[in-house]
Amino acid sequence: MAKKKAAELTWKDLNIGAIVTEPGNASELRTGDWRSQKPVFDLSKCTKCGLCYVYCPEGCIEENAEGYFEPNMYYCKGCGICAAECPRDVVTMVEEKEE
Amino acid sequence: MAKKVAIEVTEAVGEAVTLARADVVAAYPITPQSHIAEHLAELVADGELDATYVPVESEHSAMSACLGSSAVGARTFTATSGQGLELMHEVVYVASSMRLPIVMAVCNRALSSPLSVWGDHSDVMSVRDTGWIQIFVENGQETVDNTLCAFRIAEDPRVVLPVMIHLDGFHLSHMIEPIFFPEQNEVDKFIPPYKYPLPLTPEKPVSMGCFGAPFIYPETKKAQEVNLEASKKVILEVWKEFGEKFGRNYSPVEKYHSDGAKTLLLTMGSYSETAMAAMDEMRSEGKDVGLIRIRLWRPFPFAEFREAVKDAEVLVVLDRAISYGGPGGPVCSEVRAALYDQDKKPKIVGFVAGLGGRHITVDGFKYMVNRGKEISQKGSENEFEIYGVRE
Repeated sequence: MAKKKAAELTWKDLNIGAIVTEPGNASELRTGDWRSQKPVFDLSKCTKCGLCYVYCPEGCIEENAEGYFEPNMYYCKGCGICAAECPRDVVTMVEEKEE
Repeated sequence: MAKKVAIEVTEAVGEAVTLARADVVAAYPITPQSHIAEHLAELVADGELDATYVPVESEHSAMSACLGSSAVGARTFTATSGQGLELMHEVVYVASSMRLPIVMAVCNRALSSPLSVWGDHSDVMSVRDTGWIQIFVENGQETVDNTLCAFRIAEDPRVVLPVMIHLDGFHLSHMIEPIFFPEQNEVDKFIPPYKYPLPLTPEKPVSMGCFGAPFIYPETKKAQEVNLEASKKVILEVWKEFGEKFGRNYSPVEKYHSDGAKTLLLTMGSYSETAMAAMDEMRSEGKDVGLIRIRLWRPFPFAEFREAVKDAEVLVVLDRAISYGGPGGPVCSEVRAALYDQDKKPKIVGFVAGLGGRHITVDGFKYMVNRGKEISQKGSENEFEIYGVRE
């Protein structure tokens, strides 16, 4: 049987006491769906200082292949701390719209 | 051969836990439960019970310690009472939701304020919906027998839920009664070694008590409810096997002169013995009365209860707690709900009595039964009376 996604599990699929036997499966939890604003990065202004990466409380900002920092929107909660901390005003918070 | 011993009921609980070979006891002493906590401490210190005794700093810690020890697969016991049960309240839910088969004796006690160490069912009713299996016992023998059954029920692979044994503070906890204790080898055969299905172990790590976001929380609760309902079948099996092995039989609803009786009294706990004496007197006076006693409080035995009251015209319910601003006593409102959809049902009259250790005598029960009948004839059974309160 193909493994069900966490959000598809029925009550019968759960282990006793909802015990989790698979390590690290909290990474499946999409925390990006409660965002009301999203950070938009203008990388032309970015100096790769990494302060956004350090301050992000969700730990969802990752370094890409070119050494720039970008948020993983699956997890980004839209708190705006990266926008507040960025010394170069790279990050702008923009209203989320239904897609 | 079982031996018969005269012993205080709280100490008898300690002996039963010893016979059940508990691995961990984490308890904080509180009147009227103290002798359970103290006697178990003695039994462990004297080497009669090979267990770890955790002398915790509060009841909140007692139940928290129990979660951990039960989760690694240790047979775990605790006991508390009144305010202590209130202090551990939030952790009581965790035990059942995490499906940890802890056994807890609760010496039922009134709640402050005013401060009272005496018995009633206010503490029990506050944990009614915590998801534990809950059994009300009537006397010392039943306390010991059901403490043994509790471990067996809790740890059954089809159940794996915590069990509370409710014994009335002082009226039962502090009685010295003659009690039969089974032999160790008989108990060992009755309660097999505990094996938790997914224990906490470094060999195969698991995460317990995780965060449950809205996408999964209702599924966990449905699983819990189905599981608690299903435990009734196992509880009945265990009681049946206990009866066959030890000769004492237990059922979810106890009946006394109740078959065919037109007026029934309903009680829970140790006051049922006084109520039985009242029934004997009323029967000898030619009154058509009987008694039913709910032993299994959770899961509620709907079928057995409905069967027990099917011929009654009036059902007088004794509550030892008040649901303030609500429908009177919690037991009464619950049995009303259990009968509401039935075509044929008795008129139900609720009494609240025995609060904070106030005695109810044989005459008191006779009064409530007669008065209940009177109220039902007037059709004013939606009101409840606090028996014996000075106006």
